[in-house]
Amino acid sequence: MKNHKKIWHWGYFLTLLPMYLFTIIFILGPLVYMIILSFLKRAETWGVVWEFSLQNYADMFDPVYLNTFKESLKLAAISTLLVAAIGYPCGYFMAKLSARWQKISMMILMIPFWTSSLIRLYGWITIFTANGVLDKALMTLHVTDSPLRLLYTYPAVVGGMVYTLLPFMIFSVYSSAEKLDFTLVEAARDLGANAAKAFLTISFKLTLPGLLSGVILTFVPSMGLFFIADILGGNKVVLIGVVIQEQLMKVHNWPFAAALSVALMILTSLMIFIYRKISKVKELEGLGSF
Amino acid sequence: MEKQVLLQLNQIEKSFGETQVLKGISLTVYQGEFITLLGSSGCGKTTTLRIIAGLETPDNGSILLEGQDVTEIAPNHRDVNTVFQSYALFPHMNVAANIAYSLKIRNTPKAEIAARVKEILELVQLEGYEKRMPSELSGGQKQRVAIARALINRPKLLLLDEPLGALDLQLRRQMQLELKRLQKKLGLTFIYITHDQEEALNMSDRIVVMEDGRFEQIGTPSEVYDAPRTSFVAKFVGTANLIEGTVTSSDGRLIQFQNQDGSGSFLTVGHKFAAGDTVTLAVRAEQTHITLDTEDERGAQTGICGIVNEKNFAGGMLRIAVKTANDNEIICSRQGIDSALATGDHVVITWLPEHCVPVDLQESEAFDHEKP
Repeated sequence: MKNHKKIWHWGYFLTLLPMYLFTIIFILGPLVYMIILSFLKRAETWGVVWEFSLQNYADMFDPVYLNTFKESLKLAAISTLLVAAIGYPCGYFMAKLSARWQKISMMILMIPFWTSSLIRLYGWITIFTANGVLDKALMTLHVTDSPLRLLYTYPAVVGGMVYTLLPFMIFSVYSSAEKLDFTLVEAARDLGANAAKAFLTISFKLTLPGLLSGVILTFVPSMGLFFIADILGGNKVVLIGVVIQEQLMKVHNWPFAAALSVALMILTSLMIFIYRKISKVKELEGLGSF
Repeated sequence: MEKQVLLQLNQIEKSFGETQVLKGISLTVYQGEFITLLGSSGCGKTTTLRIIAGLETPDNGSILLEGQDVTEIAPNHRDVNTVFQSYALFPHMNVAANIAYSLKIRNTPKAEIAARVKEILELVQLEGYEKRMPSELSGGQKQRVAIARALINRPKLLLLDEPLGALDLQLRRQMQLELKRLQKKLGLTFIYITHDQEEALNMSDRIVVMEDGRFEQIGTPSEVYDAPRTSFVAKFVGTANLIEGTVTSSDGRLIQFQNQDGSGSFLTVGHKFAAGDTVTLAVRAEQTHITLDTEDERGAQTGICGIVNEKNFAGGMLRIAVKTANDNEIICSRQGIDSALATGDHVVITWLPEHCVPVDLQESEAFDHEKP
């Protein structure tokens, strides 16, 4: 790459211009605005007062909010763990299917995306509600005697999270497992590894980038997915995403909502940073080495 | 010293779906032998190797390693290692880790691993490459790492699946010599796969010529080259001309035959021919004599008559293609540039009776399939 001459060309500039404009206007702009907002004061009635303040960040250390952060982290961790536990084997074995069955399973995973995830979540209400589809099915099969009444409970929220985020994990693991050369596993077996050892030292190590990017694709959104907790958890499960939404839409405390968002962003980035330090994986499937 | 039997394949059969890939093959491999499976792609040689390695289970037949039945034994419990065609180096491990893999799996102490890796790297002349990743190596270096990785455990049997296939000609020749040297030095048994007959003739103690899931012939390079059993072997190993004819008379060992293009003679060993039998002869291009058939002598000389169709000079040899009246093509080759013959000349081709062999004889009358 070093030998490449740097050619600056109007053509390049013009083709890249829309991308830069989009990024600056719709991503960098709002981000900067949000950070500035978080250091301002709330106006008495509407909007903000342009006056520097750290009060919003100080307010966050109220036990109520700290607890919400803790709850959000816990839910995100549980969801991510479950998604990884279910999604990794699915993605891995999907890559081993015949080309025909790979296409079919891909379709099965894609079809739900044609409907809005919000609408699909309302579907879960019908399933989880007291004496709903799930309760009736379980009682008919004599698994339980009385309705579980799962709607508006913690397991329902976790279920909704796992359901929504699972495809991202499967796709991510699949795309790295698909590239796995099975001859390498055979070579490991030939060199004396049993099936489990060969899997751990070769297959798992080589699909780790897929698993890791799957974890990030699951963990990051699950910190902020407020509507799942809202719809399936009622008001019992309060997440940081819900608090931000309330501060913004109901309380109209924009600076505080902004500060909470900034804190969430820092927390999430920190988690990813620590996680990547521990896992020591440099490449992430589909995301390269960033 | 008595030759020790290392590996025995007994009537191995294997099908993938509807296709029968191996049709009952048997082979005995002795300790310290360099044996080559030679055949074109799709003949079943890789499947044979995979069955020996344990990566594939035969549908029928058995495999004995040092007298023990290992047919159902998993690859990790067989004292056999493989050098894969694609090298199959672990991309996430450096050279040292790749080579040490089988030692680590067996929980070998670290100090011993380090010493053995160092030793084997010296053996394959890759000192100083420990920390390199496979992606940073050239084809020849990858090859050496793959061999080192398979050799570090001193397996009883090393299987090599076209290990030099991806290398350029010069490097291939060099690696051929090195492999042979390594095998002799370590006293190991190699089963080597190739589709390159020159490579097979060059390196092997014995060659197994394979075609369509069967062993066509098993023998030393000179046996396979000088006394091919079938027309396939004659064509595949070196280039032999196949000449068909009818036996006219037999005088003990010397048999006369003729066809529409002329006549000739050959010697037979152990097979009785009678007048009227059809026979296929294999005659090597370099063992033919070619003489000008002048107009006044035409018909008087014994031999196969034809017209020079093509002359070309390649690899230090003059290659003359002769077309017979019956539309058969016979290739004759000579050392050096022979200018006496021109395209269109009438020629007669002859050979010494001892320089040709009858092929495709009936199984019952033929030689022992497996000569020890």
